[in-house]
Amino acid sequence: MTKAKLWPVLFAIFSFTFLTLSYQALAQTEPLRLGFLTVRSGALAAGGKQMEEGITLLLKQRNHTLAGRKVELFIADTGGQPAQAKTKTQELIERDKVHVIIGPLATFESLAIDDYIKEAKVPLITPTSAAQNDLAQKKQNDFVLHAVGTAAQPMHVLGEYAAKKLGYKRIATIADDFTYGHEGQAGFQHTYEDNGGKVVQKLWSPLNVADYGSYVGQIKPNVNAVYAGFAGVNGLRFLRQFNEYGLKAKIAVFGNPTCVDEGVLKNMGDEALGVVTASWYAATIDTPDNKRFVQAILDEYKVVPGFYTVGTYTAGLFLEEALKAINGKFEDKAAFVRALHNVRLTSGPMGPIRLDEYGKPILNIYIRKVERKDGALVNTIVETIPEVSQFWKYDPKQFLASPPYSRDYPPAKNLE
Amino acid sequence: MSTWLIQTLNSLALGGLLFLLSSGFSLIFGLMRVANLSHGAYFMLGGYVGLTCLRAGLNFWVAVVAGGAAVAVLGGLIERFVLRKLAGNALAQVLATLGIAFIIADGCLVLWTGDPIPLPAPESLRGAIEIKGLLFPLYRVAVVLIAIVVAFALWLLIERTRLGAMIRAGVDDMQMARGVGIPVGRLFTAVFCLGSALAGIGGVIGGPILSVYPGLDTDMLPLALVVVILGGIGSLVGAFVGSFLIGFIYTFGQTLLPDLAYMILFIPMVIILMARPRGLFGRMSA
Repeated sequence: MTKAKLWPVLFAIFSFTFLTLSYQALAQTEPLRLGFLTVRSGALAAGGKQMEEGITLLLKQRNHTLAGRKVELFIADTGGQPAQAKTKTQELIERDKVHVIIGPLATFESLAIDDYIKEAKVPLITPTSAAQNDLAQKKQNDFVLHAVGTAAQPMHVLGEYAAKKLGYKRIATIADDFTYGHEGQAGFQHTYEDNGGKVVQKLWSPLNVADYGSYVGQIKPNVNAVYAGFAGVNGLRFLRQFNEYGLKAKIAVFGNPTCVDEGVLKNMGDEALGVVTASWYAATIDTPDNKRFVQAILDEYKVVPGFYTVGTYTAGLFLEEALKAINGKFEDKAAFVRALHNVRLTSGPMGPIRLDEYGKPILNIYIRKVERKDGALVNTIVETIPEVSQFWKYDPKQFLASPPYSRDYPPAKNLE
Repeated sequence: MSTWLIQTLNSLALGGLLFLLSSGFSLIFGLMRVANLSHGAYFMLGGYVGLTCLRAGLNFWVAVVAGGAAVAVLGGLIERFVLRKLAGNALAQVLATLGIAFIIADGCLVLWTGDPIPLPAPESLRGAIEIKGLLFPLYRVAVVLIAIVVAFALWLLIERTRLGAMIRAGVDDMQMARGVGIPVGRLFTAVFCLGSALAGIGGVIGGPILSVYPGLDTDMLPLALVVVILGGIGSLVGAFVGSFLIGFIYTFGQTLLPDLAYMILFIPMVIILMARPRGLFGRMSA
């Protein structure tokens, strides 16, 4: 072989090596495309806005770089409707080719896209949806992860607390007539009745009920307390009417996280005072991490963060931790999903969180009480119960073998 | 027993609120044959305008008037510059009002954010009255009275004034009304303003009970439709009776048949429509 003929071969080898290397380098610098399902229109828009604040703050703090990889954000508006949530998810995956999705807001939205996520094999981190009964639990969809607990998770704690610590013997429950309301009430009733309490009245009000007066008028006057399981605007509307009918002085109210979430609490008045709730979060958590987070949200948006904001921020932290564990190489999808499941958050505003084998978080549950401090209403923490799993004190196998929580399960045996 | 009494009062209060909502809808529908699907949005907008007035420290009743006036102006403009261009094409008009409803809803979202906000009731009506040991909010009693006063004023307007006579003529026979020289164009604008104003007023008055929030519009619109279809299109008496009837059916239906809460309104509507396609007091068929 002459020298003249050797050159092209060397050149070919050289260019091949160079191209492969540069391709690898290129792949490494390709940004992570992060899909974000939020709600910008319709009745749930307030929550959607808070979700956006959460993720925007995190990306801003990290300079749009997680674990060394640039992040490109693709925002889609689901309108808070399951059908549109599905369309938008398809758009994100098929048109924008996102690598991972954070969202959506509502439980029934995530139930609507669960199947598709399983098919499309794009990991979904739900920041606020609290569905108990979904693929992640029953059919083991590895691609759906929950950053925040299930609807029933804090309510298990509340049920025991109401029976043992608050000493309520007979109570009425009223909750929104949709998945989130059903699962929360069911979880509450389960532990409350197991601890000797009696649910003597069970009311379901339609999500868009015109007037709570007719429901307040039905509440039995001889109960110790009322469990209020509301989302969105309904907590505010219910508590106000409850107070106006003079019941607040006679019957205590306690309930689910979103009933007096910081997002609506700012528009409430004295009617919310004294309401006890259990939640995955409270803006008053006394840790440096949370104080920094609350201050950052206050500085950026002039509001106190609630569950929607912190849940989405935490979903972002999940993503970051997982990316760190795989050195930012999200291209290896199997490793990426495994890393997401293995995330252990030791810091962050909500406290320590890790996932159980079903993709649901094990986290602190906070018992809170609405108080007025410096003129503003706040959720003061009364008690912190660490490391609560979705199964509470029940055996996971037995728990999963029984029918899923619903409007009618567990059955209410003590109705009068 | 006392629960029944409270629920009766609840029914009346809801009925009163529904009348404020649906009387304007009925007037517009009756005269112009346009199902104004932005009526719920007008109601919500009125509530938000009232909120802004209250935040500015104005008196509640001033806020009510301001809410009504603001929505009346908007309604007049929409009638004059949108609906009139589509005259004679009822389907296009209905679709236009639907589009306007979306625009108003999103506008409210931008201006007043998505947070739910309760309107404070006027100071003098904040207490509760006691009935057999049960408390009933005074404000709700006031809502019933306001609805009755408004109904009476509207009745006077329709039955005893020249404008009212023209409206009645238009509802009964548009061709003849034009024929005898009634300025139908101006009449349409006037009625649309009046109907919108009623929605705006209703929004502010409903505020302390319902709060204002995105989605209030779509929560209220079906109620207005049901009332008007039940009571009869274009009939003030129909809207009045229909409102209180729906108030009772809604409240007692939810109490007695909780599992049917979603359809409780529509079953009686279907039954009455089968027996009387024009509604209870309708002059014309839907």
